[in-house]
Amino acid sequence: MAEITRDDVAHLARLAHIDMTDDELARMAGELAVIVESIKTVSEVAGDDVPATSHPIPLSNVFREDVVGETLSNEEALLNAPDNADGRFKVPAILDGE
Amino acid sequence: MSALTDEVLTFDEAMEKYDPVLGFEVHVELNTRTKMFSAAPNAFGDIPNTNVSPVDLGLPGVLPVVNGTAVESAIKIGLALNCSIAEKCYFARKNYFYPDTPKNFQTSQFEDPIAHDGYLDIELADGTVFRVEIERAHMEEDAGKLTHMGGAAGRIQGAEFSLVDYNRAGVPLIEIVTKPIEGAGARAPELAKAYVAAIREIVKNLGVSDARMERGNVRCDANVSLRPHGRETFGTRTETKNVNSLRAVEHAVRYEIQRHAAVLDSGTPILQETRHWHEDTRTTTSGRPKSDADDYRYFPEPDLVPVVTNDAWIEKLRAELPEPPAERRKRLQADWGYSDAEFRDVVNAGVMSSIEDTVTAGVSAAVARTWWMGEISRRAKLADVDPAEPGASPALIVELNALIESGKINDKLSRDVLDGVLAGEGTPAEVVEQRGLAVVSDDGPLLEAIDGALAAQPDVADKIRGGKVQAVGAIVGGVMKATRGQADAGRVRELILQRLGVEG
Amino acid sequence: MTELIHLSADALAQQLAAKQVSAVEATQAYLDRIDAVDGAVNAYLHVNTEEALLVAAEVDQARADGDTLHPLAGVPIAVKDLIVTKGQPTTAGSRILEGWQSPYDATVVQKLRAARMPILGKTNLDEFAMGSSTEHSAYGPTRNPWDLDRIPGGSGGGSAAAVAAFEAPLALGTDTGGAIRQPGAVPGTVGVKPTYGGVSRYGAIAMASSLDQIGPVSRTVLDSALLHEVIGGHDPRDSTSLTDPVGALVEAARLGQVEGMRIGVIKELQGEGYQAGVLTRFHESLELLRSAGAEIVEVSCPNFRYALEAYYLIMPSEASSNLAKYDGVRFGLRVVPEGAATIERVMGATRAAGFGDEVKRRIILGTYALSAGYYDAYYGSAQKVRTLIQRDFAAAFEQADVLISPTAPTTAFKLGEKLDDPLAMYLNDVATIPANMAGVPGLSLPGGLADEDGLPVGIQLLAPAREDARLYRVGAVLESLLEDSWGGPLLAQAPAVPQITGRNR
Ligand SMILES: [Mg+2]
Ligand SMILES: [Zn+2]
Repeated sequence: MAEITRDDVAHLARLAHIDMTDDELARMAGELAVIVESIKTVSEVAGDDVPATSHPIPLSNVFREDVVGETLSNEEALLNAPDNADGRFKVPAILDGE
Repeated sequence: MSALTDEVLTFDEAMEKYDPVLGFEVHVELNTRTKMFSAAPNAFGDIPNTNVSPVDLGLPGVLPVVNGTAVESAIKIGLALNCSIAEKCYFARKNYFYPDTPKNFQTSQFEDPIAHDGYLDIELADGTVFRVEIERAHMEEDAGKLTHMGGAAGRIQGAEFSLVDYNRAGVPLIEIVTKPIEGAGARAPELAKAYVAAIREIVKNLGVSDARMERGNVRCDANVSLRPHGRETFGTRTETKNVNSLRAVEHAVRYEIQRHAAVLDSGTPILQETRHWHEDTRTTTSGRPKSDADDYRYFPEPDLVPVVTNDAWIEKLRAELPEPPAERRKRLQADWGYSDAEFRDVVNAGVMSSIEDTVTAGVSAAVARTWWMGEISRRAKLADVDPAEPGASPALIVELNALIESGKINDKLSRDVLDGVLAGEGTPAEVVEQRGLAVVSDDGPLLEAIDGALAAQPDVADKIRGGKVQAVGAIVGGVMKATRGQADAGRVRELILQRLGVEG
Repeated sequence: MTELIHLSADALAQQLAAKQVSAVEATQAYLDRIDAVDGAVNAYLHVNTEEALLVAAEVDQARADGDTLHPLAGVPIAVKDLIVTKGQPTTAGSRILEGWQSPYDATVVQKLRAARMPILGKTNLDEFAMGSSTEHSAYGPTRNPWDLDRIPGGSGGGSAAAVAAFEAPLALGTDTGGAIRQPGAVPGTVGVKPTYGGVSRYGAIAMASSLDQIGPVSRTVLDSALLHEVIGGHDPRDSTSLTDPVGALVEAARLGQVEGMRIGVIKELQGEGYQAGVLTRFHESLELLRSAGAEIVEVSCPNFRYALEAYYLIMPSEASSNLAKYDGVRFGLRVVPEGAATIERVMGATRAAGFGDEVKRRIILGTYALSAGYYDAYYGSAQKVRTLIQRDFAAAFEQADVLISPTAPTTAFKLGEKLDDPLAMYLNDVATIPANMAGVPGLSLPGGLADEDGLPVGIQLLAPAREDARLYRVGAVLESLLEDSWGGPLLAQAPAVPQITGRNR
C-alpha cells in the first residue's frame, strides 16, 4: 500500500488542483512513500469493535435559529476579489475553448 | 458537444425489446428565511452577492452553524415520504473544485442521511397506483450561480469568462434519491413526470419549499437504463441533469429510452455519463463521462456536530404534518360530491384549495365550483395568470354570494360587481353602491318598463293574453334590457302576468 | 522603559489600574522594543502601530473619566497571523493570502477589542500553521531570542518569540498538534491549549478543524489564565464551542495547589528519543512537585505511540479540504498561466505558486488518505486510534488528577537542520499531539535550561477535558517552585537580543 508512484502523485495533484513539475512529482513521491510507510501501522491498530471518533468532544444538535443576521455589502464581498464585473466574481472560462 | 444528432428508435420499438429502469435525484430548495449554514437571507432575485456573509463566500476562518428549521423541514420531508429518520446522522464534506462552490467542497451528508428507506405511491392519470421506493433524503447546501459570458446564448461551451453570484450559495437543499424503479414499462415517461409532480406537491403542501420549478426550487436529475426483456441485471445508466419542468422530465426520459435503445441495438455499450437536456430540440447531449476525478473524498464534517433525533421530537413534527395531498383530494371529492371529471378539472385548474376555503367560509360546493371554474378561471385565462392572481379570494366569493342570496344583485350583476372589485373600486357592497348595480326592487320603475316593453311588442302581449305564458320571456328580456339588467327577473315575470291578467 | 516591558501582564495591569503608568506609555514601550529587536527576531509580520496607540489612548481617557474597565484594558497583545483581524492584513504566513484584508474579526479578536487590549500586530508562523519551526513561513523564519541561529518552535514561533523577546507581554497562538505548547517551551514561555471548544475557533484560519484550538502565550502561568478568561467561553458562531462557563482560571492560578494531588507521569512520553538535558530538568520538576506534597504516580498510555501516525493522517486530511478554498476565485492570489486560461488552470497555477512545499506535501498526503479505496485504512483507522487515545486518557485520569511530561523531546534545533527531513520534524510533536487528538487541555511552562546546550526545556501538564483550571493550579505552583530555585524568571537568564532595527517587514 505504501508504494507511491510519480503517477499516483500526479493524480493526487490533479485532484488537489496543484500544478507540479516533473521534479516536484518525483520528489513528492519519494517523501510521501516515506511518510506513508511510517504511518501505515495505524490501519493495524484498531479492530472493527473500536468506534471512530470524528469530534474530540461529543456534542450534538447545535442549531441556529432561522433568523436573518448580518450580511456583507456587494462592495465588501468583492473587496478582495482578484477580478470582478457587474457586481460578480469574474473567472476565466470553465471549459477549454476548443 | 457533439454536433451530430444521436440515432433514436421510436418509443414503441424501444419498448418491444427493452425494459426501462429509472432513478431520480430530486433537489428541493427549502424556503427557510436563512441559509443552511449561515444567517444570510435565503432569497431569490436580489442584487448579486448581497445575500452573503463571510461564511457564504468561504472566507478564511469562517465556520458553519446548522439552521435548525432546515433540519426540521428535512425530517418532515422524510416523514411525508414514509422514511425512517436516522437516530444520529453526520454532515460530510464532498470535495470537488468548482467556482460556484465557495469552499471547493459541498457540505452534504454521506453514509448516514437524515431520512432513509421510504416510499411514495404515485397515482397515474388513469388511477393506476405505482409505488416508488425512496432510498434516502439528505441535507446539503446549494451552489452559487454561474453566468457564462462571451459565448453563444449563455452556454458554458465557448464562453470567454464566467461571472459568479454567491447569493444562492448555501441555500438549504434536500436531495431525495429513489431506489431503482423497475416495472414501469411504457409508462416510464409518464411515471417520471408524475413522480416529480408528486414530490413538488408534497414539499409545497408541507410548506417547506416554494416548489417553483421555473425558479429552480425543485430540480430533477433523471437516471435511465435499459435491459432486454427478461434480463435481471441493470444496464449502464446515464444521468440527465437539471431537467427543470414536469414536461421536460417526461420528454427527457422518453428521449433517453429511445436513444439507449438505438445505441444498444447497434451493439455499442452505453457510456456511463451525465447528459444535458435541451428544451429547444428535446434531445440530450453528452456531458461529462464518469472518471477518476469523481473521487469526492467524503469525510465527516469536523466543523459540525451530529444531529441526534428522538421519538418525542419526531412525533411532534409528525403531528405538524398536513394531510397528504392524495388523501386530501380523495376526501374533498367525496365531501363536495363532484364527478371524477369535474374534480379533475378543478385540480388541473389549480383551484382546489380556493374552493376548499370558499366552502369552509360557508358557500355550497356547487356554487364555489361555478365561481372558480367559471368567471374567475375565465378571467385568469385571459390574463394568462393563476386563478388566485387577479385578486379573487374566497372572502370575495362569500360576499358576492351573500349579495345574490339576499336578492340585492342577480347573477348577471354579480359579474359587473366582480369587475368593479378587481378593478380596485372597493368591496362588493361599495361597487354595488357606486356603480348603482342593485336589483331594482321598487315596482314603480319596473311597471313603467313593463308597459314600455308590452307596447313595443304588442303581438307578444296578445299571445300571452291568449294563454301562451312561455312567451313572457321576450317581454322579460325587453324589461331587463331597459333596466340594464338591474331588475329581478322573477319579479318582472310576476308583474307582467299580473298586468296582463294571466295566471302564472 | 526596559522595566516596563519586563513586567508580567498582571503586574502591568495593576500599574495601569493604579495609574502609575499609562496604556500609551506601555504600548509605546513595546512598539519601541519591536523596532529595536524585531529586525533580528522577525516575530512580527505586521505591526499595528497607529491603531494600538489609538486604543491605548482611549483606555487612558476612559480611565481618567473613571469608567469601569476590564482588568486587562490597556495591556498590549500580539496576535498570531492565522487569526483574522479587520483593518490589518492576515496572511497565515502564506503567499496565497498576501495582502488579504479580512472584512470581519475573529471572535477572540472581538473579545480583545471588547476588553480594550491594544493589538500590537500579527505574528509570524509556519504557513497555515504547518510546521514545528516557523521556517515554513513564506515571509522568512522567526529566530529564537535565546540563539538567533535556532528555531523558536512552531507553528506559533512568532507569538512565542515575541513574548520571549519582550516584544509583547501576551500573545494569541493556535494549537493543532502542539503549536502553542511546543514553541512556548522552546523559547522559554508559557503556552496553554484549552479544552477543545473552550475558545471559539471562529476567525482562526483552519488547518485541521477537529484539532485546532486558540490559546494564550505569556511569560507567566497567571498571565495565561488572565488571557484565557478573556478569550474563552461559548460562541454561537462555532458549532463545536462548549456552552460551559470559562471557569475560575485566574483564581486557580493565583491560589495554586498541588498538595494531595496525584500527578501522573506518562510512561510512554520519556526515555528513547528524549534529550538527556530535557529528562534531567523534567525529573527535577517531578521532585519539586513531590516536595510540595503532590503524589507522583506513573500511568501508561500505550496507544500514545500511534498518536503521531494517526495525527499525520487526520491533520492533512482535514487540511487538504480546509485549504481547497484558496483557489484564486474570491480572494487572495490569482496566477494566470500562459496560453488558454481556463479556471481549472488558474486554480492549479495559483495553488502551485501560492503554497509552499510543506503545505503542498500535507495537501497531497491528505488527498491520498481520503481518496477512494484508502479512506477506511487511513482516515477511518486514524479516527479509531483517536478513540483508543481517548480511552488511554480516561484510564490515566482515573489514577491521576493531572498528567505530566516533557513538552518536546529536544530543545531548540538549528534553523535548517530538519528542513529536508519532514519525518524528523514531525517527531517534535510526539508529546503534544495526544492532547489534540483527545481534545483535552494542556499547558507548557519553562522547566529550566538543558545542561548540554543551555536552552530552555518545556514541562507539559495535561488535564481532563473541561478541567483547564487544574493546569493553572498545578502550573502556578511548579512555576513558583522553579523560579525560587533559579532566583527569578527563566527569561531573565536569556542573553540580550542584538538590536537590529529596520525589521524585515
Ligand atoms: Mg446528483
Ligand atoms: Zn445533491
